[in-house]
Amino acid sequence: MTVAVFADPLGPRGKVKVAVATVIGGLAAAGVLFIAFRRFQSNGQLEAKLWSDLFTGEALRFFWGGLKNTLKLAGVSLVLAMALGMVLALARLSKRALVRWPATLWLQFFRGVPLVVLMLFFYFGLDISKYTSIVMGLTLYNSAVLAEIIRAGILSLDRGQSEAALAVGMTDGQVMRTVVLPQAIRRMVPALVSQLVVLLKDTSLGVAVLYEELLRRGELAGEFLKNKLQAFLFVAAIFLIVNLLLSSAARWLERRQGRAKKVAPGGPVRVTGVEDLTVA
Amino acid sequence: MGVLFDNLGAFGEGLRTTAALTLASYLVALLVGTLVAAMRVSPIAPLRWLGTLWTEVLRNVPLTVLFFVFFFGFTKIGVSYVPFISAVIVLGCYTSAFVAEAIRSGINSVAPGQAEAARALGLTFAQVIVTIVLPQALRTVVAPLGSLFVALIKNTSIAFTIAVVELTRVVKELASVTGEAIPLYLGAAVFYLLLTLPSSAAIGVIERKVAIRR
Repeated sequence: MTVAVFADPLGPRGKVKVAVATVIGGLAAAGVLFIAFRRFQSNGQLEAKLWSDLFTGEALRFFWGGLKNTLKLAGVSLVLAMALGMVLALARLSKRALVRWPATLWLQFFRGVPLVVLMLFFYFGLDISKYTSIVMGLTLYNSAVLAEIIRAGILSLDRGQSEAALAVGMTDGQVMRTVVLPQAIRRMVPALVSQLVVLLKDTSLGVAVLYEELLRRGELAGEFLKNKLQAFLFVAAIFLIVNLLLSSAARWLERRQGRAKKVAPGGPVRVTGVEDLTVA
Repeated sequence: MGVLFDNLGAFGEGLRTTAALTLASYLVALLVGTLVAAMRVSPIAPLRWLGTLWTEVLRNVPLTVLFFVFFFGFTKIGVSYVPFISAVIVLGCYTSAFVAEAIRSGINSVAPGQAEAARALGLTFAQVIVTIVLPQALRTVVAPLGSLFVALIKNTSIAFTIAVVELTRVVKELASVTGEAIPLYLGAAVFYLLLTLPSSAAIGVIERKVAIRR
């Protein structure tokens, strides 16, 4: 699609060139996959037992338990981080410097320190349970990220909205609660779902404190069944599927919002300048 | 606090490895990411599919899982490198998926009218790309690429799981030997901030310099 803008539509000779390149490219791609296949085969990693061991009732229940722990970590942390992020975002938008400053400091600190260091600190330093260490790490880090998303959502709203509300005599708090936030939150939904993908991925850092989330369970299963490669690939596949579902949900929400008239003009918020937040 | 100053040497060593890991992985990520971005906008369908597969898989599987698959899994099929090289490969490939997406959206952010106007003036395909599209695309790409660099610094800490002796690993080992986890991990946090905050600030400066208004 992009190509059409940069050059004229292809003529007969160009079409032949692309067709030839497609065949060559296709062969190269197939070649890469074939080499990978042979590597597995010649090392005996395609043996049926190594794979079928993962799909026994017992093994599947074990993985399902791990997935449930992973989802629980993500869900609990998301709720806590949302609440904390909301407070931080409002603090950052406060008129009082004394409220703004600590919030900014908080954000800078938790965005700048690796999540796994936070978890290790809670677990080994403060000597609290594995589960709580992970939830605290995820919550604190994501509170900083979500605060920025929420703040961007609030700022993306047309100023006329709050000005009009102030003009009819509402207090600052009323304006925020009844006019700004209900509209802003709607626009944030796609960004929040995308962040959920990141959060879900980050739960796997729990392996650092040996909590039995999905990855750790995969490791244990792989050690027990002597098929680590297959077990880790299985875990990767589960994460891939869950996250692709979440991503498509985010896209669906974004598209739906693009059409919905209830959302203020401008559509869903595009949070800029916080790209790193959606990476780690 | 004493335990921090007694082990400054070890900290320095860990910091050096973290920095080396970051720079090497970033280089890999930029090279591979650019290639994948090119594949994703190319007119050759199989290459597009391969590029899409690469970015979707790497972006949706947790980095920790990738580390485990590559380091503990791929040895079974005869792919094994020392921890540092493994970490560079994993971090580089993981980040390359995000680099590719950043570059692709940078190219897409250039208004079609720009390329159309250039072609109307009679510029060739290569001229359109090199003189009109890329300079504008690169400017919008600076910010996300900078953010990726900062994220990468933090992500190198996950390499401790495969025994790369970088900052986090150093601290973890010192903590288990001395039992003074609190000052050591706080020290690690400070050292990471010393890497990430100046990087963010520098990127902010570059970004303002090259920013364009649309």
